Amino acid sequence: MDYILLTIVLAPLAGSLIAGLFRNQVGRAGAHWTTIIGVGISCALSFYVFYQYAFNGAPVHNETVYTWMVVDGLRMEIGFLVDRLTAMMMVVVTFVSLMVHIYTIGYMAHEEGYQRFFSYIALFTFSMLMLVMSNNFLQLFFGWEAVGLVSYLLIGFYVKRETAIFANLKAFLVNRVGDFGFILGIAAVAMYMGTLDYYEAFERAPALANATVVVWGDDAWSLMTLICILLFVGAMGKSAQVPLHVWLPDSMEGPTPISALIHAATMVTAGIFMVARMSPLYELSETALSFVLIIGATTAFFMGLIGIIQNDIKRVVAYSTLSQLGYMIAALGASAYAAGLFHLMTHAFFKALLFLAAGSVIIGMHHDQDIRNMGGMRKYMPITHWTFLIGTLALIGFPGFAGFFSKDAIIEAVHFSRIFGSDYAYWLLLSGVFVTALYSFRLYFIVFHGKGPRHFEPHHDVHDENGDAEAQEHHPVHDEPKPHESPWVVTVPLVLLAIPSVVIGYLAIGPMLFGEYFDGTLTVAPIHATLSEIDFHGAAGFILHGLSGPAVYLAAAGALVAWFVYTRKPNIATDLARRFSWIYRVLDSKYGFDSFNQWFFAGGARQLGKVLWQAGDRAFIDGAVVNGSARSVAWLASVTRYLQTGYLYHYAFAIILGLLGLLSWFVIR
Amino acid sequence: MSFEKFLFYLFAVLLLGAAVMVITRRNPVHSVLFLVLAFFNAAGLWMLAEAEFLAIALVLVYVGAVMVLFLFVVMMLDINVAELRAGFVRSAPVALVVAVIMAAELVVVLGPARFGLDSYAAPDRHPADYNNTAELGLALFTQHIYAFEIAAVILLVGIVAAISLTLRRRPETKYLDPASQVGVKAKDRLKIVKMDPEENA
Amino acid sequence: MIALSDYLIVAAILFSISVAGIFLNRKNVLLLLMCVELMLLAVNINFIAFSHFLSDVNGQIFVFFILTVAAAEAAIGLAILVVLFRTRRTINVADLDALKG
Repeated sequence: MDYILLTIVLAPLAGSLIAGLFRNQVGRAGAHWTTIIGVGISCALSFYVFYQYAFNGAPVHNETVYTWMVVDGLRMEIGFLVDRLTAMMMVVVTFVSLMVHIYTIGYMAHEEGYQRFFSYIALFTFSMLMLVMSNNFLQLFFGWEAVGLVSYLLIGFYVKRETAIFANLKAFLVNRVGDFGFILGIAAVAMYMGTLDYYEAFERAPALANATVVVWGDDAWSLMTLICILLFVGAMGKSAQVPLHVWLPDSMEGPTPISALIHAATMVTAGIFMVARMSPLYELSETALSFVLIIGATTAFFMGLIGIIQNDIKRVVAYSTLSQLGYMIAALGASAYAAGLFHLMTHAFFKALLFLAAGSVIIGMHHDQDIRNMGGMRKYMPITHWTFLIGTLALIGFPGFAGFFSKDAIIEAVHFSRIFGSDYAYWLLLSGVFVTALYSFRLYFIVFHGKGPRHFEPHHDVHDENGDAEAQEHHPVHDEPKPHESPWVVTVPLVLLAIPSVVIGYLAIGPMLFGEYFDGTLTVAPIHATLSEIDFHGAAGFILHGLSGPAVYLAAAGALVAWFVYTRKPNIATDLARRFSWIYRVLDSKYGFDSFNQWFFAGGARQLGKVLWQAGDRAFIDGAVVNGSARSVAWLASVTRYLQTGYLYHYAFAIILGLLGLLSWFVIR
Repeated sequence: MSFEKFLFYLFAVLLLGAAVMVITRRNPVHSVLFLVLAFFNAAGLWMLAEAEFLAIALVLVYVGAVMVLFLFVVMMLDINVAELRAGFVRSAPVALVVAVIMAAELVVVLGPARFGLDSYAAPDRHPADYNNTAELGLALFTQHIYAFEIAAVILLVGIVAAISLTLRRRPETKYLDPASQVGVKAKDRLKIVKMDPEENA
Repeated sequence: MIALSDYLIVAAILFSISVAGIFLNRKNVLLLLMCVELMLLAVNINFIAFSHFLSDVNGQIFVFFILTVAAAEAAIGLAILVVLFRTRRTINVADLDALKG
């Protein structure tokens, strides 16, 4: 087992290193073959591991591979903890990653930095596997930071594009805020539990359930609440929860494959995975759970609203991702960890599908991402159209599709939750279903229906502005009368992802949510056991049960409204936008988070820097210390130079007076 | 009061008086002459302390050579005395105060209380055939031979320094250069010219 | 009998007088040199006195060397004085302020 796990982790790394360090030797084809083989091996072995755990009931594997150092009893190790949760994550990560690798061959076909891109995404796969397979906090943090680094590199993949550089810096800085909380949380674990190992920490946690610490002033804080909230701050950064969500929409500056891989399916779910993994800790603090629940529900609803008015195809999907991440977080807050993870898995498939389909549309539009220029694409790109539709249906929770099961389970679980904030969360999540359907179908109808693409003067798109050679190559689109379907390397992953988007929910809901799949992995306190209150009589029964609830009808209403507004009466949308222009403005400015951050943090930091520069550096260090010491020496010298008159007799007097003084001392003593 | 004590007080008073005159005279020549007087009296005191050789040496070497050198320099230099005396009166009180304090303190320390006859009895007189010079020479050339050699070198350096400081070459003065005199060759001085004999017309 | 303290007091007064001389004749290098000679004389008197009262000839050896060094010092000092006067046409110490800071 050890060798299999090591191979799973190291195969993508090897591919990445070969493609990255020997990019000139291996060439373009060599780069994508090495990385695809690496990730393919990893994927195949992951399926094998998953099979062993899911069906053969393999025991939990928890082994240390390498001890880095031992400091005062604190062991810093690299090790693998593989149980059913990990196995599921491994499958999701490697499968989506493999799909994205294949897809990238088509998407990046004409881009510069082809090998670099493959190197990055294979490196990402390695980092993500390190994160999910870790058996200790240190390695978790390593994976956490490594995926953040690769995310940074990939968002700024178009290094010459200024907006991309801005976006990746933003992502990096916002994640620093989250990671700071995260590392404080890890430090708190190490300090109070004296270990970095998961299982040891979980064993020691219940003893500390009622422990308190004094953080500030005289107030005693519950230790577990503090640790959980600090760890969750890290999750908020990585999984883009309000208010640390601002980096995710901007991260769409990166190429579409990585939007699918990193910013939809895997990396952003690291926070959810982490919280679920830490469920033994979170169950000890109801305050932390309430916090998680409220943050998640808020994100789910309000980020969805913004999605309604976005015009960039990828940004719509990005806001959808934010919203869905909110659902997962809310599920965690309601202690329905299994539901959160279930939604994580289904979402990984259908959101990767949506992103890749959107990327396919973008390819068809010759790298124009503005949906106002699109329309009627279904005629030109049938495969993309059908897969996109499947993804959309899965996303809004059409009965029987993957998203239906996971989202309904979450809403039900939150409904049964009785912790503080659960009512608030329930109503927001329920309204979120309508919003989800609205923006999803708005996107679908605008892009694939309606009048044909206004596509023949797309040269104001972003690619042209940075003088990208590829975009220049595409300029003679006047000769290409119509968009065309993407090559097979693009469509095959779409189809392969569409299949689980449809069936995975039906297949997996039984064992994952209500079966024994997560037994022994997730810990749920009896009073928080919301999932077990849901009546479950098989997947089909769940569909019937769902049809009696409000969520399905809300989704249908959203889809109908979208159909009516965006295909029948397009002027309704503009009318509404004009009449309720203040709402539109609020949504368009994304609730002012960006401008607030820009004004308060960026501007504040600049002001602080200016003050420190003027007062600290120039006035104090330069003025007082550097020049001041020189000036005081000069002043001292200008005073003492009067002692050096140059007259011989003054020196003689000094000698004599000194003699007199010594003599007096001698006498008086 | 014994004769010895009378001599002591005589020499002491003359010594101090001469010293006072040295520092107060306008004319530097007078100062030097009073300094000579002071040295003479000091030599007398030394004689009373049975340091005959040094007393004689002080008179011969110091008065005879050093003081004459002083006198010579004072007379050679054309000194504007008035200018040098500026501030004499103004600094007199300070000088007086400092000197009095210093003398008082020294007397307190070195006075009879500590160094009187009770503490240090007067030593017995040496017999008539006592040879101070021989004893001094014996100590100097055995125990202190290295110091003596160094003192000789110091004096030599003093001579060389004094000469090299004051010696100056005037461009208008003509000197002989023995080196070039010795190195001269016959052909430098003598030129033999071969010429045809004059023809008889 | 003449006590040791008598010699020492004479020397002390002589020393004080020469100190006062340095104060009084601060402008005149020549007089300053003479005062230094007087100081050395006072010191020598002390050495002689101690040598006599302790019956130790080493005190006189010291005086011998002090005389030697004083003679060399006087010779060099006067030589410097002559050179100084030759270049500056003065021996006024107030004019010698090249060391001024």
